[in-house]
Amino acid sequence: MKNIVYLLLRRMRLPLIVIILSYSVSILGLVFMPGIDDQGRPWHMSLFHAFYFVSFMASTIGFGEIPYPFTNAQRLWTTLAMYLTVISWLYAIGSLLALLQEPAFKRVVAYAKFTRAIKKIKEPFYLLCGLGDAGQLVVRELAEDDIMCVVVDRNDQRVESLQLENLRVPTPALCADVTDSSTLLAAGLARAECAGVIALTGIDHINLNIAISSKLLAPELPVICRSELHDSADNMASFGTDYIINPFDTFAERFAMMFQSPSMYLVYEWMTSLHEAPLTEFSAPPRGTWILCGYGRFGKAVRRALSFKGIQTVIVELDTVGTGAPEGAVTGRGTEAFTLHEAGIDQAVGIIAGTDDDANNLSIIMTAVDMKEDLYTVARQNLRANDAIFNAADIDLVMQSGMIIGRRIIDLLTNPLLGDFLRLARAQNEAWANVLVSRIAGILTDAPPETWTLTVSLRQTPSILEVFSTGQEVTLAHLTTDPRATGHRLPCVPLYIRHQNHLEVLLPDDDLPLQFGDQVLFCGQRDAETHMRWTAQNFHALNFIVTGYDRPSGAVWRLLSGDRTG
Amino acid sequence: MNLEKVIFAFFIVLSLTLNFGFFIGELDNPNHHNVYELFAALVVSLIATVMKFGDRAHIGAVLLATSLVADLQLIAAVIVWAISEHGTVTGMTPMVMSSIVSLSGGALLANITSVVILVTETVMFRR
Repeated sequence: MKNIVYLLLRRMRLPLIVIILSYSVSILGLVFMPGIDDQGRPWHMSLFHAFYFVSFMASTIGFGEIPYPFTNAQRLWTTLAMYLTVISWLYAIGSLLALLQEPAFKRVVAYAKFTRAIKKIKEPFYLLCGLGDAGQLVVRELAEDDIMCVVVDRNDQRVESLQLENLRVPTPALCADVTDSSTLLAAGLARAECAGVIALTGIDHINLNIAISSKLLAPELPVICRSELHDSADNMASFGTDYIINPFDTFAERFAMMFQSPSMYLVYEWMTSLHEAPLTEFSAPPRGTWILCGYGRFGKAVRRALSFKGIQTVIVELDTVGTGAPEGAVTGRGTEAFTLHEAGIDQAVGIIAGTDDDANNLSIIMTAVDMKEDLYTVARQNLRANDAIFNAADIDLVMQSGMIIGRRIIDLLTNPLLGDFLRLARAQNEAWANVLVSRIAGILTDAPPETWTLTVSLRQTPSILEVFSTGQEVTLAHLTTDPRATGHRLPCVPLYIRHQNHLEVLLPDDDLPLQFGDQVLFCGQRDAETHMRWTAQNFHALNFIVTGYDRPSGAVWRLLSGDRTG
Repeated sequence: MNLEKVIFAFFIVLSLTLNFGFFIGELDNPNHHNVYELFAALVVSLIATVMKFGDRAHIGAVLLATSLVADLQLIAAVIVWAISEHGTVTGMTPMVMSSIVSLSGGALLANITSVVILVTETVMFRR
């Protein structure tokens, strides 16, 4: 704010001096010009009258020749003064408007507005750097959960388009250089309300920079980083970056999981799907030889993950030497039929188009499907803007970096228990996953399941604590009972419990008694969460479920019924 | 030599001298106080004020403040003069004149402060 005033005053110096000078010259000249009063006597305008006249003349209001009609000498001077003062006004207003339009001035104003918005924040927020596909996804989904983000990005078009979006929570955004630590501080890094830092720019080195700055300036804050190179990921880990997300490795692991245990893959997919995403259909990829086009970071991650599962890949890469492709790799783009022939498309069961160019990837898929129709197709989509064409291409599996990173981060932030559940689930076998999938599928309609966490605490579940105080037990079965019809169960499945002493139970039984401090992860239909939270808040609802007896709630009625407990 | 400093000092000192020229003389005698000198003092004082706009240094801020005080005093004097000359039947009286001159005396003090600050800054600025 102070900067804006200084800048304005500084730039208006010359125009203001020009106005003062033109006024004083006009006034003085008018006083010296000989005039004649109404009785024909010689008369000179006084300074006061001259000031009055020049004031309305310069602003082009023009009340006329006051107090007596002018002589020719006065008119001559007035003509000069008119041009002088009007031009100086135009100059002053012109410079003011030019200053307001200047990008530098606009930046100062935007910065002042941003810092004011940051000062006003009273609730926890995440500081998000980099507003690419992943960043936009995270901001939107967190806003759906009423979690606030402060956004910094170098591209002002992205920042502007975010501000045009009608998000549920205010999202202060600034266009600035994120490698400058003063930008991070201005964005509230050192504030007590800052809950964490998310570095999602497309360049590893910048993310590294952000992580270092925030670990030094606010050591206790968790930092989540996107990283596409292994050496920078190691670097980030070396100074304690809390979560490092590599979209290629994440995808490759999931993809390899599809071969080994399709049900487990489905569990992962369901648990980490976005708000209001449609329930995706899924067919397991065939085992056999795969053609992998593009041996960059993505290609390497996929090949490594597939070779762990014993699946052969034939590499097609334009620059086989530079990328260090293994022996037997075919040189070419993969967009031409003969390179695919050379790679042995007749024997292949699937093709993965993993170059960093969307048009090439689509071309690879279409060429391959033309040559062999029943291929399983996997394509890497680099830009979210290409959604429509990738959908139209009817590809079996599309890998989208932004989507993968965004989903990981949203789960980490909104549902930290989910990560623990998935970690335990990975150790289970396919049969276990089959049972879980069929259990979950039994309660679903057409949307993917929602996941939520309930903590047995005074704030979240006052009714459970109240039932505890009457000496009764509350089990998971009570919690998953529909409070409107006690014979029915809510469409949800308890997935995981963590007790206060960090003991974990995977897929807990219904008759497991709840204890204070338990954190329970559920998945199920969206309304189930609402009803469950109602039970957890309302003592009478839960008491009726536990005891099967509708306890009178008023003191008088309680006295009449002989109940003296409360 | 810095031309900006020369012009700046010129206006500061000029507003003091003009102010002094108007102020000097018998307090209530209109013949000793020329209204054009008051006009010139006000114009120069206004210009001196604008020249200090946007100076972020501490001394610049103090100079801006003293200049604003001088402006206020002179504007008040001009308004009193305009009202007595054109707004009343009696016209200029010794009593009104003395109040105009004493107002300009206040402005004179503020202008002296400005010049003292300017001189101090110049003396401390050894280069």
